[in-house]
Amino acid sequence: MTRDEIKDLILEIIEDIDEDAEFDNLDADAPLRDQLDLDSMDFLDIVMELRKRYKLQIPEEEYPELATLTSCVNYLEPKLKDV
Amino acid sequence: MSDKSAHNRFVLTGVGLTAPGGANDPAEYRRRLLAGESGITSIDLRYMGRAPAGICTFPETKYRKKRENKRGTRAGCIGVYCAGEALSDAGIDFTQYERSRTGVYIGLTEHGTVETENEVYNISRFDYNVDYWTHHHNPRTVLNNPAGEITMNQGITGPHYSIGAACAAGNAALIQGLQMLQLGEVDLALCGGISECVGSFGIFASFRAQGALAEHVDPTKASRPLDRDRNGIVISEGGCVFTLERLDRALARGAKIYGEIAGYAVNSDARDFVLPYGPRQSRCMQAALERAGMQPSDITIINTHATGTRQGDVEECRAIREVFVDCPHTWTNNTKSHIGHAMGAAGVLELAGNLPSFTDNMVHPTINLDNLDSECALPGLVAGTPKKLERVDALLNNSFGMVGINSVVIVKRFVAN
Repeated sequence: MTRDEIKDLILEIIEDIDEDAEFDNLDADAPLRDQLDLDSMDFLDIVMELRKRYKLQIPEEEYPELATLTSCVNYLEPKLKDV
Repeated sequence: MSDKSAHNRFVLTGVGLTAPGGANDPAEYRRRLLAGESGITSIDLRYMGRAPAGICTFPETKYRKKRENKRGTRAGCIGVYCAGEALSDAGIDFTQYERSRTGVYIGLTEHGTVETENEVYNISRFDYNVDYWTHHHNPRTVLNNPAGEITMNQGITGPHYSIGAACAAGNAALIQGLQMLQLGEVDLALCGGISECVGSFGIFASFRAQGALAEHVDPTKASRPLDRDRNGIVISEGGCVFTLERLDRALARGAKIYGEIAGYAVNSDARDFVLPYGPRQSRCMQAALERAGMQPSDITIINTHATGTRQGDVEECRAIREVFVDCPHTWTNNTKSHIGHAMGAAGVLELAGNLPSFTDNMVHPTINLDNLDSECALPGLVAGTPKKLERVDALLNNSFGMVGINSVVIVKRFVAN
């Protein structure tokens, strides 16, 4: 997956959680939780969806890597490079 | 109910409901009951195929967002809608009552079966690897879930919990709400019952294994309590929540009053896991009448619990005949013939279906009663078409459920003094 595809994937998963989520003014380098109406259970939904779709096992200590859109892409790029 | 001051009289002031077939407010629900319409359809069940069932279609996002419905449960979704509608109907926006002095008491036959079945099915697609089991499972399946979802939606900070009383739960929750008002624990009770049972193949399969699941080529004919050719229960989802207030507070705010709780009782058969027991039901009805200070002849309408199983119908009719001797002005009907068995919501949905009798003086009919089972003969049984009366003074709502629990609520026409 390319970096853009990973970005789109994350946004697609978030949109599936909250169809009212607004991405127009999203700062890719700022925490998603500060910009979108997401809580810890929503982040677990993101983790679960990645596990279901790509069999990705993300250890709990690495959850902070999913804080911003950019950090998500950085973290997931090597894991999804062959997808 | 001996202290009759207005502070110790309790009245129903708001009704929120969703009933099978798309009746989502008391007036539309009443119209369908008087018209003799069935709300039953048929659905596909996992592993089982088609079965008759009662399905609710209501505006699910009227009181909360789709994402909250996805996170929560079907029972919570139904509950949030019903509670929102009840508060709106009652004209309560929490300027009249404090949210911290409001209690939410929801009757459930069961809870968590649907969510657990769904998760087991989900992990079956991942070779039963429990890493794929959802983190939402526990908050969805805790027994206070539907009541708790209502409190989160309305910002209610008083007590909330579920009342587990099998299919007697709707009445039991109404009684719980009343008792909390009596104790002074709350000033406003949101009480009622909810069923999400149609989401569980296991509930259908268990009734079928017991020989108690209705079948019929025409699903609208499948729910036929008291009929000789009945063959079991039609399982339904649904919900009904009432606002219950002290009379003095209701009068002070100029509330519309649907009716006053006159009496109630709950008892246990202490006999059998499944089979109902008429003698204990008659005792429960008598206890409710005694608490109300009423005679059997004071009851205008008895709403039967009859579900369409032979033993259940016969035992209940026997109990009614035992209590209501020489009551020529007492009439009987059955709401499940229209909406199926809404389990934890059954008692309250059936009460809500009959409450309008105080204003329209009609008794809604039992439908699908083509050939009355002779053992279910009741004087005053209203079947086929509604019956117009001069006046309706009191309703007795009978419910019973598995593992031997009976509940009765008597509601009377509100008279100021």
